[in-house]
Amino acid sequence: MLHLILFLVFGAICVAGAINLLTQRHPIDSALSLVVVMASLAVEYLLLGAEFVAAVQVIVYAGAIMVLFVLVIMLLNAGVEERTKGSRIAVLLGVPGVVIAGVLVAWILLHRVNAAPVPIGAQPGDPRDIARILFHDFLLPFEITSVLIMIAILGAVVLASRPEAVVKRASAEASKAAPELVGAGKEH
Amino acid sequence: MTIPAFIVISIIKSALVIFVLLTAVAYSVWLERKVSAHIQNRWGPTRVGPFGLLQPLADGFKFMFKEDLTQPHVYKPLYIAAPMIAVVLAITSISVVPFGNWLYIPEIHLGTWLGHTLTISEIETPLQITDINIGLLAILGITSMGVYGVALAGWSSNSKYSLLGGLRASAQMISYEVSLGISLIPILIKSGSFSLRDIVESQAHLHWNLWSTPYLYFPFGIIAFFTYLISAYAETNRTPFDLPEAESELVAGYHTEYSAMKFAMFFMAEYANMVTVACLATLLFFGGWMGPVFGPPILQMVLPLLWFGLKVFFFMFLYVWVRWTLPRFRYDQLMAFGWKFLLPLAVANVIFTALVVALRS
Repeated sequence: MLHLILFLVFGAICVAGAINLLTQRHPIDSALSLVVVMASLAVEYLLLGAEFVAAVQVIVYAGAIMVLFVLVIMLLNAGVEERTKGSRIAVLLGVPGVVIAGVLVAWILLHRVNAAPVPIGAQPGDPRDIARILFHDFLLPFEITSVLIMIAILGAVVLASRPEAVVKRASAEASKAAPELVGAGKEH
Repeated sequence: MTIPAFIVISIIKSALVIFVLLTAVAYSVWLERKVSAHIQNRWGPTRVGPFGLLQPLADGFKFMFKEDLTQPHVYKPLYIAAPMIAVVLAITSISVVPFGNWLYIPEIHLGTWLGHTLTISEIETPLQITDINIGLLAILGITSMGVYGVALAGWSSNSKYSLLGGLRASAQMISYEVSLGISLIPILIKSGSFSLRDIVESQAHLHWNLWSTPYLYFPFGIIAFFTYLISAYAETNRTPFDLPEAESELVAGYHTEYSAMKFAMFFMAEYANMVTVACLATLLFFGGWMGPVFGPPILQMVLPLLWFGLKVFFFMFLYVWVRWTLPRFRYDQLMAFGWKFLLPLAVANVIFTALVVALRS
């Protein structure tokens, strides 16, 4: 009973955070609403008996990724965003589309999934169970995924680092283009 | 245990732990002032109480009665929320820290009142607010959220020093969180559990993780300990990693625009985080509450708490000692040290430990 109440409360907080994310006009407010969404999702996982996933959700999403978002927003000093009225087609098609999709998903979940309700804790959620599944039953897909992520990281490093020749040429051009600026610093 | 009994016991435990934690925070400020003074050949606080022992109380009153300034140029909702986030997260992380063994209180008869016999049923509870099977991950998660307090304080103050402090703090904490998390994996490999109670119990009979080397005398414990300690110092923004509040460059860093109790909340958060780091170092590497236990039952119950307290005190002292001994890093040194030295060392330690464990089994 307590579980159900908490689940509903945090579900409501999650949805409210998501709506707030869309309506806020300042990027940092939106980012913080996303943190609320992530954190309440973690609580939902916890209430479903998936402790490990809940902890990882907080550490990875709320702790690492969203901190990077906030850092970048602070670094760029992003201001309040400008709003246009939005296209009429988006309103005319989007709102009914969302309603229809929501009703469809709810209907399918309620009527077409013929699974018996599962008690909390019946599914693997313990760190031990997760480890056994990841490193034993699904070792190959897990390793392939980690290699893929590794390649993505290497790609990001290659794209972000400028080769030395380019850096040297750029600085040489800068000093050639504005010699008076380079000299001006010395006088003060 | 029935649900009402569980709730009552949890509330009592939480109140006690928070009281002890806040007292420890107040007196670690006193410790810092006293030790730093003696390191620099001064006396430190001496006026309020014997040895200046009531100084934290006086400081607390002073903070409460100071004018609480809110500059007109700040972004108010986040400006007010930031110190709250910092202090709440700092205090929350203590909730999974175990302080000692189980507490057992036999049934107590309080006598009769209006014809009813009043008894308190027997209580058996761990000396810890809650023992969850993801204790270590919970602490890591809460500390990783702790960045928001500092970062938002810096941003919402709308001042250049605060902003630079907040940016430095978030970049530093993201960088060192990686090596902090990875440095703890060898301990997890050895103990096979995320629960802090299990980790401590795996270190019984002086098999402390610091030097316990059952595998080929590979000193994984010492390497893990030093990578953990250095990353934790950086995580708590303490010297030599206190660039977010470097006085000589940034006035006071992220809390430049804060005054009175709001400033004190950042101060409390910093010291509470230090206490958590000290507790975690004790639990993971120094055997937690393990130590010589002897004497009558009441002494046997108190001694583990004493050992735990002494070890935590040692780490708090170490914090102060390091702060008043080492100078501050330069920012590029900080980043290079974190990413190019500490992280590879922690990863290598994980790989070697895993390899040795796999070869032995």
